[in-house]
Amino acid sequence: MSWDSISNSEFLGTLIDTIRDVLPIILVIFGFQYFVLRQPIKNIKKILIGLVYVIFGLAFFLVGLEKALFPLGELMAQQLTDPKFIYGTASDVLEFIRWQDYYWVYIFAMAIGFATTIAEPALIAVSIKANDVSGGAISVWGLRGAVALGVGIGITLGSYRIVTGTPLHYYIIAGYIFVIIQTFFAPRAIIALAYDSGGVTTSTVTVPLVTALGIGLATTIPGRSPLIDGFGLIAFASLFPMITVMGYAQISHWRANKQSKSEYTHGG
Amino acid sequence: MVILGLALFIKGLEMGLFPIGESMAYAFARKGSLFWLLIFAFLLGFGTTIAEPALIAVADKAATLAAQAGAIADTDESRSNYAYWLRITVALSVGSAILLGVLRIIRGWPIQWFIIGGYILIVIITGFAPKEIIGIAFDSGGVTTSTITVPLVTALGVGLASSIKGRNPMIDGFGLIAFASLTPIMFVMIYGMIVV
Repeated sequence: MSWDSISNSEFLGTLIDTIRDVLPIILVIFGFQYFVLRQPIKNIKKILIGLVYVIFGLAFFLVGLEKALFPLGELMAQQLTDPKFIYGTASDVLEFIRWQDYYWVYIFAMAIGFATTIAEPALIAVSIKANDVSGGAISVWGLRGAVALGVGIGITLGSYRIVTGTPLHYYIIAGYIFVIIQTFFAPRAIIALAYDSGGVTTSTVTVPLVTALGIGLATTIPGRSPLIDGFGLIAFASLFPMITVMGYAQISHWRANKQSKSEYTHGG
Repeated sequence: MVILGLALFIKGLEMGLFPIGESMAYAFARKGSLFWLLIFAFLLGFGTTIAEPALIAVADKAATLAAQAGAIADTDESRSNYAYWLRITVALSVGSAILLGVLRIIRGWPIQWFIIGGYILIVIITGFAPKEIIGIAFDSGGVTTSTITVPLVTALGVGLASSIKGRNPMIDGFGLIAFASLTPIMFVMIYGMIVV
């Protein structure tokens, strides 16, 4: 993409939005640093440069997404949910909905959930931290992959729910019960991180695309209200990563156990 | 451009946001003032949420829904009023979530009891909440945590857990985000019940 295709005012607008997003945080941090802790900040110069990097990086990232990925994603969501595409004819055959006919939507939902989550800046931040803290036991890519898989599954199931029109809270409650049961079997060290990964997945990248998909589905399927049924995909996207991250930890834990056991028998 | 932005963001993260979150956590631990730490935690959660663009969008949609359902008068004034208080509600809930989460790290309470308790409460409230608000409530749990809040809050939690004796940063340091995504669901549904 060339610079010319982006008007300066657009970039400036995004930049201002990002700064407005960061400003309260900066106020709280510096206010406390100077009035409560009463200490000068170490490496203040480096931290300020870092903040500028964060703001500009995020603004670049968002403008780039808006220019390239969002229109494409929204267009695809619209086209895939179009009755013409699904039935090959005009929309008057939509008396009955068979959920199987929407398989392209599910594939798209899976792909978009996975792809947007891999690119999510907040998730990258948490993965770096988790990798640091665990001393490398949790790999950055392993965690990102597990979370992205969870979001993919979540969005797919969420689309299925919109197509069939079943109430949201049944799924959510069932998911919660599953998470609770899984918590008892998961390694203790992963639990907090797994809970966190539910929240971090859904920010800058995922929300606009997923919302477009949900609204598109709810508008084209008769009997669905975009206001009631279009929401709720994000809820799925925050629920399933918890399950996959705990699952990821359980599998790697189990494999490590098995390995050490077999080493023991071979060595002994 | 997307890649350039992401690279800059990560670089800035490691230079700016991670160190400041951790150094503040250490400074608070040294100062030993629980009161100020909790105030800080609350303000951080409240301040970052109230300005969140995603939340503003969700609140406006919720107001339109409520007006359609006949819960509030269908005028611009009552709608913007509804959206404004909804934002305050969510910001309050995130503020108290970070506060509670920090308190948990300091005391070393196991996280699962809070989360499971929170889920059970949510399930119970879902049974009583008006149908229109449920989807929005669950979504608002996800949108409140922005890209800038997450790294900072994570660094704060991990910094606190590593500066307090007997806390394991892996077990105790994470979990602040989980609290911040849980409480808005509850608060928004309660808000929907009270206003309707």
